[in-house]
Amino acid sequence: MFYLPALILIVTFIGYPFIRGIAYSVTDWDGFSQTFSFVGLDQYARMLTDQRVVTVLLNTLIYAIGSTILQNVLGLGYALLLDQKLRGSKLVRTIVYLPIIVSNLIMGYIWYFMVRFNGGALNEFLGAIGQGPVNPLADRNLAVLVIVLANTFQYVGVAMILYLSGLQAIPRSLMEAAEIDGASPWRRFWNVTLPLLAPSVTISAVVNVIGGLNIFAVIVALTNGGPGYASASLGTITYQLYFGEQNAGYAAALGILTFTLAAVLGLTTLYFLRRREVELS
Amino acid sequence: MTIRRGMLYAGLVIVAIAHLVPFYLLIVLATRTPGSTSSIWAIPSTINWPNFSGAWEGANLGSGLVNTFIITACSIVGASVIGLLAAYPLARRLTRGNGAVYTSIIACMMVPNLTILVPLYRFMVDIHGVNERWAVILLHITFNLPTIVFLYAGALRSIPRELDDAAAIDGAGRLRTLFSVLFPLLAPATAAVFVIVGISIWNDFNFSLFFLHASDVKTVTVSMSSFFSQYNSYVERAAAGCLISSLPMVVLFLALQKFFINGLSTGAVKG
Repeated sequence: MFYLPALILIVTFIGYPFIRGIAYSVTDWDGFSQTFSFVGLDQYARMLTDQRVVTVLLNTLIYAIGSTILQNVLGLGYALLLDQKLRGSKLVRTIVYLPIIVSNLIMGYIWYFMVRFNGGALNEFLGAIGQGPVNPLADRNLAVLVIVLANTFQYVGVAMILYLSGLQAIPRSLMEAAEIDGASPWRRFWNVTLPLLAPSVTISAVVNVIGGLNIFAVIVALTNGGPGYASASLGTITYQLYFGEQNAGYAAALGILTFTLAAVLGLTTLYFLRRREVELS
Repeated sequence: MTIRRGMLYAGLVIVAIAHLVPFYLLIVLATRTPGSTSSIWAIPSTINWPNFSGAWEGANLGSGLVNTFIITACSIVGASVIGLLAAYPLARRLTRGNGAVYTSIIACMMVPNLTILVPLYRFMVDIHGVNERWAVILLHITFNLPTIVFLYAGALRSIPRELDDAAAIDGAGRLRTLFSVLFPLLAPATAAVFVIVGISIWNDFNFSLFFLHASDVKTVTVSMSSFFSQYNSYVERAAAGCLISSLPMVVLFLALQKFFINGLSTGAVKG
């Protein structure tokens, strides 16, 4: 029964609110009134015709999937590079790792200082090489891209560490055998290294997808969802609907949507990648 | 072969520079004189200390750091003890019921905290937890439990059961066995828990933003965000504030680097 305290906390602060969230999602509650009425699935039906929800859903998928892919490709590249036992590898590992220690809100501000229109580092650089200034945060598509990049920059170290420990677990003998069989470095990578890294890929992808769906602070710091709601995510819009627009019923329904998305996306990633794993036995 | 090595070293240098540039720019911005016309890429000749004092006072960083420290310390200790207690029977007695409990706890890792924002806020209002540090501490403990149970359960499984039996024969109760015999052997897992959970709580923005609005309970991230939205034209001060608020964790990281990276990779591999 030692697990009782843990179970009580989880039921109280995750389970119970979750059920209550489902209950709120079928009402028109404004977030503070004592009374509200049952509206059935109206809040969910409303999402289908709400252009804002469509945009935000798409953005959230881009944040989750885009940064997952970027982080894993880059992270694998970094890991392969650092696995070459070069002098200075340890230092570079520390440098790539550093952003993880920083709050993602602060990381958002750091990127804001770089890409802001007036006096941002990017525009000063462009000016120095004779290019005109750009204002990525005012552009619907570029704002989304900057958020993906900021998030990738911050967490690529997680994927890197995962792949590094995956690489170190591959027995030397396997690599040597492939080399003796005349496999080129490219083939060795595709046919030996990558399949054996599959478990690391699975973990990293699932963690990144779930994390990507919860992306919030970096958006608040960089664009606050703007211009308009062009770079908002499900998280920022839920916050906005609840605290800004007193639309708690709708916000609760969006929460349930986000949860469903996390479950579906997380489990799909898990399912597809697990099938590709090979056991080292 | 030398060309290959040369290219690899070039790659290493490029990666290092690409990842240092944002921090370099932050430091330049935080130290230069407001309104200066020199390039943000150039190293400032002097450090403009008023940026730092302005940020410290304007964002109320002193109080923010104290609050963040209290919340982080209490949450880590509470979560580790409760998590270890839960992991012990779940890793040792593999009954069907325990299996179900374990799976349910781990499944909670899949719940992004923003999805239950509305009901959680309402619940906090009901239990008078808004603007209370204890409320946010309880939330941090709860939302970190899945990871902790997972890490400790994994580590416990690698410790031979004979140790428990030996302790039992010597007359130790289960709690005593856990804390005096097994806990010392779990040091690597404890380090991983402290690092992973510590970073996530210290840097938390969501819970602090939702539940801690009053100025005397604000954490450092929320202080920074209010400061930034109020004075976002004073970029130098904002940058100085960013630097100050990140410094404690960065210093800790650089000092205990081996600890951090080992901890995080244990967590990552098992996570």
